Amino acid sequence: MAASEELTDYMGFQELLGDEERLVRRQARQFVNAEVLPGIERCAQEQRFPRDLVGRMGELGFFGPTLPPEYGGAGLSSVAYGLLMYELERGDSGIRSFASVQGALVMYPIFTYGSEAQKRRWLPRLARGEAVGCFGLTEPDFGSNPAGMRTRAVREAGGTWRLDGAKMWITNGSVADVAVVWARTDDGVRGFLVEKGAPGFTAPEMKGKWSLRASVTSELILDGVRVDEEQSLLPGARGLKAPLSCLTQARYGIAWGALGAADACYQCALDYALNRIQFERPIASFQLQQEKLAWMVTELTKGQLLALQLGRLKDRHLATPAQVSMAKMNNVDAARQIAARARTILGANGITGEYPVMRHMTNLESVYTYEGTHDMHLLIVGEAVTGIPAFRP
Amino acid sequence: MKLLVTVKRVEDPESRIRVRPDGQGIVTDGVNYKMNPFDEIAVEEAIRLKERHGGEVVVVSLGGPAAAAELRAALAMGADRAVLARHAGALDPSGAAALLERLVAQERPDLVLLGKQAVDDDQNQTGQLLAGRLGWPQATFASKKEGLESPAEQAREPGLALSADGARLRVAREIDGGLETLELELPAVVTVDLRLNRPRFASLPGIMKAKKKELREVEAGALGADLSPRVVVRRLLEPPARAGGVKVADVSELFQRLRGEAKVV
Repeated sequence: MAASEELTDYMGFQELLGDEERLVRRQARQFVNAEVLPGIERCAQEQRFPRDLVGRMGELGFFGPTLPPEYGGAGLSSVAYGLLMYELERGDSGIRSFASVQGALVMYPIFTYGSEAQKRRWLPRLARGEAVGCFGLTEPDFGSNPAGMRTRAVREAGGTWRLDGAKMWITNGSVADVAVVWARTDDGVRGFLVEKGAPGFTAPEMKGKWSLRASVTSELILDGVRVDEEQSLLPGARGLKAPLSCLTQARYGIAWGALGAADACYQCALDYALNRIQFERPIASFQLQQEKLAWMVTELTKGQLLALQLGRLKDRHLATPAQVSMAKMNNVDAARQIAARARTILGANGITGEYPVMRHMTNLESVYTYEGTHDMHLLIVGEAVTGIPAFRP
Repeated sequence: MKLLVTVKRVEDPESRIRVRPDGQGIVTDGVNYKMNPFDEIAVEEAIRLKERHGGEVVVVSLGGPAAAAELRAALAMGADRAVLARHAGALDPSGAAALLERLVAQERPDLVLLGKQAVDDDQNQTGQLLAGRLGWPQATFASKKEGLESPAEQAREPGLALSADGARLRVAREIDGGLETLELELPAVVTVDLRLNRPRFASLPGIMKAKKKELREVEAGALGADLSPRVVVRRLLEPPARAGGVKVADVSELFQRLRGEAKVV
């Protein structure tokens, strides 16, 4: 199947896009067709991150594009950013994850909570892909409940801080030049920029994943790491709401991105069903397969309209974290089920790397769990509509 | 160096194209549009020439208001400003060349770059007709001498070589069985082929900057060019559906069929 030039648009949602939003999406799609799709399956099979894409994506402005131009951004709308995530994840969830972490979890907190000197030092290099970042919040014993984190930062004499602790499931960890590390202090949770090579700081890669195999996942180990307050401490970030605000940005991108993976699976399954002949007919003529395809395109379409309205709200600064949770939860869940159904339409071929479906299907298991699990997002929406938090006893 | 480049809005060749039942056009529902891929190569070459020698890249389109989207795409790649000559209805190559001649008189470029043809009706005439009207030298089917896998292409070097005094342009053009090199006095008209360069993707900052660049609209009718078509399309037909092949038992049956049915031997 040739790389598809157009996304699935059953309800004409692209009529609601501006000219530059369409152009961003088209450029991103052409980039993915030309530079991601030809090699991504092999990278995933070999558990290898396509490092060479980082510079190319940076050159095109794919990292932190909603930031203002003075810091290397493009001043893109949230909707255009979402469409970029959609197209990147149509290539692979690992590629979108890289861009999400770099933009929403590293550039966003530096831009929002960093000092002017920290912004000038890091943002343009991160935007160009000359430096890679990662985000350390989750710990081995604290996933959905980050408030319990054990990583600790203590202020010492001479304007330094000492960091001790461990982070886990950190995308880009082993390839990062800078880690945004969140730690408990006497003054609540604070954020620190920890540079690669700092004594006591290591980032071993976690191997053996059956998901996001073209993406680097690591542990961060902080063993008496000393950092300079002025260079490292994010002055504006106080309390857990700072890292949570970063997650809201990233989850917004995921709500769009997961649909890209779903679209790739849907288009592949539709094409396969129309061309696969059994009992002298294309299998697309059988009702059981049509039910799956109709369900898939319906869920994809609903997800697009949900993401678009969320983006419009976000551009007007009206989107709430619980609305972002609803979109992340719904769209990733839909994508996961679309991928699973597409897999069945492809029959035995569905399990091979000849088609992108199994790769997307296993990737989406991570996407379903990271950045707030599906269940946690249900509880966040539950709290928003009842006023009662079910996860805080 | 001032460069004028044509940008035509065409049906995306990846779309499914169907002829209208009345044969007077194609069904436009569900058809996507994009910049003519040969024009995209011309825009890329113009931007590279500007990056190397300085100057200005002006992109022009002839057609309806929707073509503004393709002009914005060219501005996002790095062109400096755009002119849309608005014209409703059909425009054949002689009309397009007449209109471009007027725009050339307004803009006074050193070089006009066009795609060798547009992938909608594949006429391959506009550049040649324009050069004829202007009385300028022309080179068609410009290509990259070093090839698309060369270090020169990796370094995004222009394939068109400007002389040291800026008065002449050397162009390698594709001919049957190889390349021919021409040297033209400027101003000149050059049409570009597929193997001249690989166009860049527009960067996201480029797309946002393009929003602020000048896009001037003029009424084609007000430019005083004779736009009356010399060519009239009477009817469009779908190509005949391919019939399935047949198996023959032996060589003699093959020849019988070639002689009797296909009438080729």
